[in-house]
This record gives sequence, C-alpha cells and structure tokens, in this order.
Amino acid sequence: MKKKHYFGRGILTLIAAVFAIAFLLPTVLTFTNSFMAQSEISANYGAVFQNADSSKKTYISEQVNLKFIPDKVSFSQYATALIKSPDYLLKFWNSIILVVPIVLLQVAIAALAAYSFTRYRGKAKTFLFFFYVILMLMPYQVTLVPNYLVSNWLGILNTRWAIILPGAFAPFSVFLLTKFMRRIPGSLIEAAKLDGAGEWMIFTRICLPQCRSALYSIAILVFIDYWNMVEQPIVLLPDTTKQPLSVFLSTINASEVGLAFAIATIYMIPSLLLFLHGEEALVEGITNSGSVKG
Amino acid sequence: MKEKWQQLDERKKDRLRDLAFISPSVLGVAVFFIVPFFVIVYYSLINNPIQHKFVFFSNFIALFNNSAFVTAAKNTATFSVVAVPLAVVLSFLLAQMLEARIPLKSQFRTFFLSPMMVPVASVVLIWQVIFSNNGTLNDFLSLFGIAKIDWLKSQYAQVVVVVLFLWKNLGYNMILFMAALNNIPKELLEVADIDGATPWFKFKNITVRYLSPTILFVTILSLINSFKVFREVYLLSGEYPVESLYMLQHFMNNTFKALDYQKLSAAAVLMAIVMVIIIALLFFFEDKLGKDVEG
Repeated sequence: MKKKHYFGRGILTLIAAVFAIAFLLPTVLTFTNSFMAQSEISANYGAVFQNADSSKKTYISEQVNLKFIPDKVSFSQYATALIKSPDYLLKFWNSIILVVPIVLLQVAIAALAAYSFTRYRGKAKTFLFFFYVILMLMPYQVTLVPNYLVSNWLGILNTRWAIILPGAFAPFSVFLLTKFMRRIPGSLIEAAKLDGAGEWMIFTRICLPQCRSALYSIAILVFIDYWNMVEQPIVLLPDTTKQPLSVFLSTINASEVGLAFAIATIYMIPSLLLFLHGEEALVEGITNSGSVKG
Repeated sequence: MKEKWQQLDERKKDRLRDLAFISPSVLGVAVFFIVPFFVIVYYSLINNPIQHKFVFFSNFIALFNNSAFVTAAKNTATFSVVAVPLAVVLSFLLAQMLEARIPLKSQFRTFFLSPMMVPVASVVLIWQVIFSNNGTLNDFLSLFGIAKIDWLKSQYAQVVVVVLFLWKNLGYNMILFMAALNNIPKELLEVADIDGATPWFKFKNITVRYLSPTILFVTILSLINSFKVFREVYLLSGEYPVESLYMLQHFMNNTFKALDYQKLSAAAVLMAIVMVIIIALLFFFEDKLGKDVEG
C-alpha cells in the first residue's frame, strides 16, 4: 500500500516537472537569447523572420536552431537597445507613464469605494455592487466603444488621458478590495468608533493597514494587466510615438530580431521583479478573489 | 458650513459620508462607461448620427449580414468554446497534482504562476521561433516523419493561440482551485472513505459540490480572458492574421478606423447582451449544482 503511494507521487512529480519546464521555457529562452550577437541570431533564426521580407538569404541556414545558451555571450544587443536606439527607451518610458498613474489612481479610487461598500449597506448598494460586477465582466470589445465616445467628446482622444482615465475607474479593484474589507472584523471598527474615531480616521488607520497585502496584490494584478495592454492603445492612442512598448514590440522588423530579444527581456524585468517580491501577497489576493458572489 | 453640518442628524451625516467615499468611483464609472453606453444603445437604433432616424433593428440585421462580423464572431466563439473548458479542466488537474503532497510544491506553484507575469509581447518572438514554418516544432515533428505544418498561417493557428492562452492563464486558475480544494472539510472525505465510497462518488458528491462556486468563477474568468486573446493574436500575426484568427477585436478595430458608429454600437450592444445571458446562465447552473453547501 505504502509503496504504491510513493510510486504514484513520483509519477505526479515527474508530470509536474514536465509542465514546469514547459511553463518556464519561453521566458528562459527569451532571456538567454538576448545575449546573442546579431550574427548568431541571424544564423539561428533567419529562417523564421526572413519570411517577412524575402530579400537576401545568403548566410542564413534553412533550419532554425533553438538554442539555450549563446555560443558567445554578448551584451551588444543591450548596448544598442539602451544607448544607440533611444526609440526603445522612449517606448519603455511611455509604458511607465501610462501604467503607473493607472495603478495608483485605480487602487486609490477603489479603496474609497470599497470602504463605502463595506461600511454602508442597503438595497441600493447591493444593486450597485452587482452592477460593478457585471461591468467588470464586460470584455474590452464592449467597453472600448463607450471609452472612445467619451474621449472623443472630452477631446482627449489620442492623448494619454484617453487610456489613463478609463483605467483609473475600472471596477476590477473595487470588487476585489470590497471582498477584502468585508473580512475586517466589525468589532474593530466599532471599537474605534467608540473611541471617537471619524470615518476618515477608521478608513486610513484601520481599513487600509488591515488590507495592506490586498492593496499590494491588486496593484500587481492591475499593473500586469496594463503593462500588457494592446487593445486600448491601438484604438484610443493611435499616435505611435506615444504608444507603450507592448504594442511596439510587435512591429520590430526582421533585421532587428536580436535587439527585440534584448528589449523583450528588459520589458519583462519590472513585472518579474514585482512577482518575485510580491508572490505571497499575489497568491493571497488571487485566492480571495475566488468567487463572484458577495 | 460647519454649523450646518452639526445640525444634521446622524443618519443624514452617514449618508453624506458614504457619498463622499463612493462618489469618485461612481462618477468616473458613470462618465466613462454608463452614460456613453446608453448613447451607444441609442446609436445602435438610429440610421446615422446626423439624421437621427429610428431604424430599430436594421443595424443589427446588417451586422448579421456582414461577413467580416460573422467570421469574427464565429472564430471568437470557437476559440472560447475550446479554450475555456480546457482552461478549467487543466487548471483543476494542476491544482489536484500540487495538492497531492508532491515535493517542491511551492516551487512548482511559482513556476506555474510565472507566465501570468510575463508580458505577452516579450515571449512572442520565441513563440514564432517554435511555431513558424521552419520552426522548432516542425523540426521536431519531422523526426517522426510528419510533414511540415505552417502553424501560424493555416487553420492550425487557433491551436497555437489556445496553447498560448493556456500557458498564460492556467497558473491563476490553479491558485483558485488550490484554495478551494483546501476548503473542503477533511472529515467529510474521511467519513466517505469509511463508508466505502468510490473515488468517483466522492468526486461528484463532495469535491464538485464544494468547488462549484470556484468552477463558476474560473469559467467566467477564463471566458473574459478568452476575449482578451486578441493581444496574443495581434502580437503574433499583426493586424491582418489568417482568417481563422480574425477575432471580434480585429473587427472592432477596423470599424473604429472607418468610424462607423452604427456598426460599432450595434456590435458592442450585441456583445453586452450575449455576455449578460452567458453570465446569467452560468449563475443558474452553479445555483443548481452547489445548492446544499452555500452559506
């Protein structure tokens, strides 16, 4: 009986390991390949990306050689990305000045709203909360049209505000934070009230500190969602000079594949650092998002 | 001002405080989502923004006669129908696997979750290397004598996108399932064991019942994410992909470019209605499935 158990567990571990490798592979390969010089990139991957512009094909092998480790580690791609082509740095900066305000505003506005949903309840509130949930579940294909109309009316179309403002009011954080705040023991709040604390005091001194890890995990989730954005800039911010790197990376042409690996690596560093630092909070946040019901 | 405030009774004060906390969010949501949505409903029912003549459903009928829309809707629906159940089942299996007390559990969790934090734009290059016509996968398959498949430019393109979708979303769903599995009372399973219940009986009557709110949530979440797969498609194959990858978002983008408000509005309203119906149905099923364990 016991032996069988060990055997089964061994098999499961093996399967888990296979999955783990498959899950890690794309990230790891992107990272290692960013250290290849352009000549090595061309030799290895020319057959893939040359399809795009079928011009010269001389020094390129027909087959693709997916490699883990470059023959010669070279930082030349990074040097080009960081020093010689300010274009990419500019796009990186575009990403930051779009995403950081969205994260800060969305979390701040949501914290206020979540407090209201937690402290004051009633029929109207229940309905409103339900409404937020429905709105949260609407795909971009639905919400982008209203966003576009309003941006057009306000004259902010094709400016950064067209992305930042709808992002700031997205209902996702409200939903998640409300679920967290409702777990704060009511006695804590009542006690503070008896001590004469006002609502603002209760909000800033009790609610926010109690939800610290929730706030962090929501900030991470919002960050990664917008760090990844593609739909919104294409529709609301067609000006390519203002578009974030997430859109721009797809337009890099065949001759710059090596560079693209380096930039792709640079682009994933902020979100991976956040992940490594905040994984526990993130898992807790995801765990508590577990149900759409109140 | 201050005097007036002190004269108010406690209930009114509370109401005003409440208003102060919620109004930023409600105002923003109203301005950016609700008000324009009603305008869109209106736009979807008139002939054009200049004449404002009511045409009732003719915009919707035109939409159904539009071959681009029909293709996009069909592709998006096909993708969701395939990808969502796969995402639910596979992430459940991954969660079961990690909960089976295997070694290095927390490391595996980190590995499975990591794709969620990697921007799609960053890994799209590797994806192209693997799946292109001269790519690694074809190389590997040729060892078994399988002919080249142009993964990204044939009807197989949807397979690639499903894989990419699963790669990105399984981790998140798995965390949700792991938490739910831990919430099943152990005693219940032990009692079932003593009574000699079969694994299938335990699974059907205990696990699924307790997991049903999570199953609902994961399904809805995967559904929403399946509509976001345009990102992956756009980054992999640009604005004009092969026909099998032409998604609703592609249709919307082209309609935005043409500034065809009627078509845009009708499409958005239609999708909103479909989403509400799907969500209502899912809630209905969950209600039937998990009745006994609620509360």
